[in-house]
Amino acid sequence: MHELANSVTLTVNDISVTVAAGTTVAAAMLIAGVSTRRSVIGEPRGPLCGMGICFECRATIDGVPHQKSCQILCADGMMVRTL
Amino acid sequence: MTEQFDILVVGAGPAGIAAAVSAAGARKRVGLVDDNPDAGGQIWRGRATQSAAARHWIARLDGSSVTRLQGCRVFDAPAKGTLRAECGGDRRELSYGKLILATGARERFLPFPGWTLPNVMGAGGLDAIVRSGLPVAGKRVVVAGTGPLLLAVAAHLAGRGAKILAICEQAPLRQLIHFGAHLIREPAKVLQGIEYGWATRGARFQTGCWPVEAHGSDKLETVILEQNRKQWEERCDYLACGFHLVPNLELPVLLGCSLESGFVATDDVMRTSVANVFCAGEPTGIGGVELALIEGEIAGLAAAGRTHEAEKLAESRKQRLGFVCALKHATVLDPRLKTIAKDSTLVCRCEDVSFGKLREHANWRDAKLQTRCGMGSCQGRVCGAAAEFLFGWDAAQIHSSIRPPVFPVPVSNLGATGKLNCQDDGPAMAGTSQSKEVE
Repeated sequence: MHELANSVTLTVNDISVTVAAGTTVAAAMLIAGVSTRRSVIGEPRGPLCGMGICFECRATIDGVPHQKSCQILCADGMMVRTL
Repeated sequence: MTEQFDILVVGAGPAGIAAAVSAAGARKRVGLVDDNPDAGGQIWRGRATQSAAARHWIARLDGSSVTRLQGCRVFDAPAKGTLRAECGGDRRELSYGKLILATGARERFLPFPGWTLPNVMGAGGLDAIVRSGLPVAGKRVVVAGTGPLLLAVAAHLAGRGAKILAICEQAPLRQLIHFGAHLIREPAKVLQGIEYGWATRGARFQTGCWPVEAHGSDKLETVILEQNRKQWEERCDYLACGFHLVPNLELPVLLGCSLESGFVATDDVMRTSVANVFCAGEPTGIGGVELALIEGEIAGLAAAGRTHEAEKLAESRKQRLGFVCALKHATVLDPRLKTIAKDSTLVCRCEDVSFGKLREHANWRDAKLQTRCGMGSCQGRVCGAAAEFLFGWDAAQIHSSIRPPVFPVPVSNLGATGKLNCQDDGPAMAGTSQSKEVE
């Protein structure tokens, strides 16, 4: 893959995603087309507020669960996992 | 680890930046703590698309002596003069002589069938995510809700190549005309309005109009809009829907600041009812960027002991307070919006509590105890403002039900020693119950 100097590549549920540097994990998950979490009754959810208050965008990032993906920037080699 | 500041500012949006920069001019040790990766808050998010005012203030911040703590979330006030924050997974104690709260605002979301589907977002919510890297070129977007934010969002998304199908403002036209008449006194805002109108030409601007249903199998596919009892369907990729703004009061309330009509009460130089605690920007009344900047400057100067300069600026603040009232009237919600949610519609998205379950209760406290509404991760930040409108529940009770930690944090970051740790299933979270989470 052609690597741009100002891009980063991460993995979202085994899908490799290349995004511009400065992109948040929430945006990368939307680009990859994965929902962020399953609700208590099992509904798929995605980001709602985009600013760290609704907690709908939580995902496991580099092994740490319940991270607010809208407030974390993508990094090369980052591993993001949702259910 | 404890860091000491003469003046500590919470929130790096316009008000917080202006406060920190103004205070730092007075040879004080000033700290600016914010939970996002970058300064700018919500309105100045994304450096590529910043206004001249944003560039000016962020350049002043960059050139100042302010200590910046980005990615740092304040979750507790364990003692007078001390805040506790989580910074990149670690706990920090921040001690201060004077504190300036510039915690900003969030959107009010109202529930309707299908609003929990992925790709139904806030208006500011979608805007924030696009500014954070999501491309929207060629995407079909319906913008809905209420307030001037809708036009700003539609204009920005259109500028990024999105196809804006409709802008649905819930307020009737007469309510907006009144607001427009007020705006004529503010040429800069009129000019901005014209720019937004030009950017969104081709999109239908509908008044007295709102979404009543969203459909899709695993994400949004269509939205049903209603105007004058007439309904129609729009196929779209995103619904950006927010019903104006509500202040972020968790920290001011935790510190004991008095509220007045749902906002933090201050004097002319932004002092709250709590000694050495100031408040600036949206938590004192939703008034937009220009007012937030002035309030930030006043608070920064006053906190630094430059009261005379602060008092001089207080005059120009007073002249702008009329805009707060005009905005409030322009965004009064149509009572018919209370009837869109069906009994099966979820209101609390964290604990999946439905409208039907909630309306059996007399007040927020009962509903919380009986249904777990507002007891999930967001701690009522989303459903609280909805419940206040839908059921007329006491806003003061909703705000006062917040307990520390005001954001969920790993238990290891809570205690005095920080030694308690539950690594087996990942860190246990305090401030929420994860027991029922399917995650």
